[in-house]
Amino acid sequence: MSNSPLLEIKDLHAGIGSKEILKGLSLSIGKDEVHAIMGPNGSGKSTLANVLAGHPGYKVTGGDVLFKGESLLAMKPDQRAHAGLFLAFQYPVAIPGVTMVNFLRQALNAKHGGEMPIRDFREKLFSKMGLLKMDQEFARRYVNDGFSGGEKKRAEMLQMAMLEPSLAVLDETDSGLDIDALRTVAEGVNALMNPEMGLLLITHYQRLLNYIKPQFVHVLIAGRIVRSGGPELAEELERTGYEEEEALVAGGNA
Amino acid sequence: MTTAEAIIKEGGYKWGFFDPEEALFKANKGLTHEIIDVMSDMKDEPQWMRDSRHRALDIFRQKQNPPWATDQLNDIDFDNIHYYVKATDRDESSWEDVPEYIKRTFDKLGIPEAEKKYLAGVGAQYDSEVVYHNIREDLAKQGVLFLGTDQGLQEHEDIFKEYFGTIIPAADNRFAALNTAVWSGGSFIYVPKGVKVEIPLQAYFRINTKDMGQFERTLIIADEGSQVHYVEGCTAPTYSSDSLHSAVVEIIVKKGARVRYTTIQNWSNNVYNLVTKRAVAYQDAVMEWVDGNLGSKLTMKYPSVYLMEPGAHGEILSLAFAGEGQHQDAGGKIVHAAPHTTSSIISKSLSKDGGRSSYRGLLKVYEGCDHVKSNVRCDALLLDEASRSDTYPTMEIDAPDVHIQHEAYVSKLGEDQLFYLMSRGLTEDAAAKMIVNGFVEPIVKELPMEYAVELNRLIELQMDGAVG
Repeated sequence: MSNSPLLEIKDLHAGIGSKEILKGLSLSIGKDEVHAIMGPNGSGKSTLANVLAGHPGYKVTGGDVLFKGESLLAMKPDQRAHAGLFLAFQYPVAIPGVTMVNFLRQALNAKHGGEMPIRDFREKLFSKMGLLKMDQEFARRYVNDGFSGGEKKRAEMLQMAMLEPSLAVLDETDSGLDIDALRTVAEGVNALMNPEMGLLLITHYQRLLNYIKPQFVHVLIAGRIVRSGGPELAEELERTGYEEEEALVAGGNA
Repeated sequence: MTTAEAIIKEGGYKWGFFDPEEALFKANKGLTHEIIDVMSDMKDEPQWMRDSRHRALDIFRQKQNPPWATDQLNDIDFDNIHYYVKATDRDESSWEDVPEYIKRTFDKLGIPEAEKKYLAGVGAQYDSEVVYHNIREDLAKQGVLFLGTDQGLQEHEDIFKEYFGTIIPAADNRFAALNTAVWSGGSFIYVPKGVKVEIPLQAYFRINTKDMGQFERTLIIADEGSQVHYVEGCTAPTYSSDSLHSAVVEIIVKKGARVRYTTIQNWSNNVYNLVTKRAVAYQDAVMEWVDGNLGSKLTMKYPSVYLMEPGAHGEILSLAFAGEGQHQDAGGKIVHAAPHTTSSIISKSLSKDGGRSSYRGLLKVYEGCDHVKSNVRCDALLLDEASRSDTYPTMEIDAPDVHIQHEAYVSKLGEDQLFYLMSRGLTEDAAAKMIVNGFVEPIVKELPMEYAVELNRLIELQMDGAVG
């Protein structure tokens, strides 16, 4: 494991408009590490994902986020992607009229700063689709347009596979998936993981973590990480729920 | 760098080049009965056509602009327009005979290359006369006529007279009257019974004389069971004073025949583009309009299909892009004049930099025309706050047993879509272009390949610097 972490979030404060949602979040993720952030609804999970990727609707009011030693905060979303960050969206939006294959090709060309030979591109695309057990026909469909929940999540994994990020953030990737779809997606993620890469899973439920095993589990309540531990913490939360943690935070605030 | 990017880097209006005017004959400005006689003399037309022109001029003088039209129409100064310009003496049968300065212009438009690959015949309109026409021999052997309209009148007067002005009479509207009075050039196509023309027939149109009105007249007759796809593309050089383009297109689709008429227009920003296009479709016939409008100052164009007998199907795909100072007033009309007829209209419009797009549509079902099915869908995409989109759909349904669907959507270039694409590494500009290209895809995919490429380029040009 490398000494300097891939991602360092330092006392991050952020929100929408004047509403602060993240209230001093700190977290460090290194190469070859799988982290999970768990928390109830409204704890700030999706805000964290959006702030990391640079959604213009969110405002950072304090703290910093370092990615490979450089601050992400001044970068536009496309620059963050070029730096090696990837966000798998909870609700990927549809881009009607744009095929997956065209979208992926342009995204890859943007990343490489030039035209990738069409043959190399197709080879890569079909090998990654094979890895994710996707039908080649899928590449001809319009991005997320009329996709089922499972198809959307698999399309996100395909994008991740093609772009080969050094840090992937998976926002509620398990939501809306039945158990078979969840297993397929998880197998895909595991196959894509490599020692040079970091992974951050953001989830409400523990069930995703049965398939993608994190070494580190963090509990996010009201915009702050209140507890960190190993995989056993996830199992404990599954049994007890978030009430105990929430009560603790509420008590602390009172 | 892609070709599209290279073009964007060049900037400006790529096809705004123009040649010094070398027209052989240019009529004085303004419209009189004397000008019509001069024109008719030079064209050596039969008396009935001369009479038809004179009658149409009288009608034009009595007619007003339509009451629903935008005030911009009143800005046209009809006395400040050349109504007839003749660039060469006659149609040229081979490329070698085409005058050099006209070739230069066509070279820039890529006509010879296009011809090699795609064309069955080329009808290229330069100013008011057709200067270059070529039709593949096998088509000629099948009896397919693809001529300049003037030549069509000279050589096939019997067919011509039977159909000319029957679909769009001079009295239809002010601009149809104007066109009937001073029409010149355009394409004349006749496809005999059962003949299927597999490759699109193409014509390029281009205005090249200052203050010149272009009034081409196109007449297409698809006889029973025949099939043809006609494609026209227009680009015009930029001039400082307003130019008027007012065409009339009449199409007859007989029993079991199929016609598709595809237009991509990119007029420079001073052109008034006021076109009347109408088709009649008989039993089991199919008529399709694919109509893309970019550029111009004001475009008013509503291709229409009259479904005259059971089994007829009409389809209109309309795309409009309104940029700064532009108003695209486009749409379509479908008239169900028989039972068991079907139709669909899909309209897509984009507005940017304060541009205005309007959808204006009519769907009419006559009494007694049951079992009619129609589907109308209008999508408008606004690229910024300053731009505008309006919808004026009219439905007149006088039969009880019909199935009509109408949907209209207006959307703004979405922050979430932009963010999603940017998070995959696309710049904001590239993301916006991708969204727009996706938006117009349902129309673009219906175009012949070279037109699809050209249209995407034109849109990317228009989109340059759209965001940020």
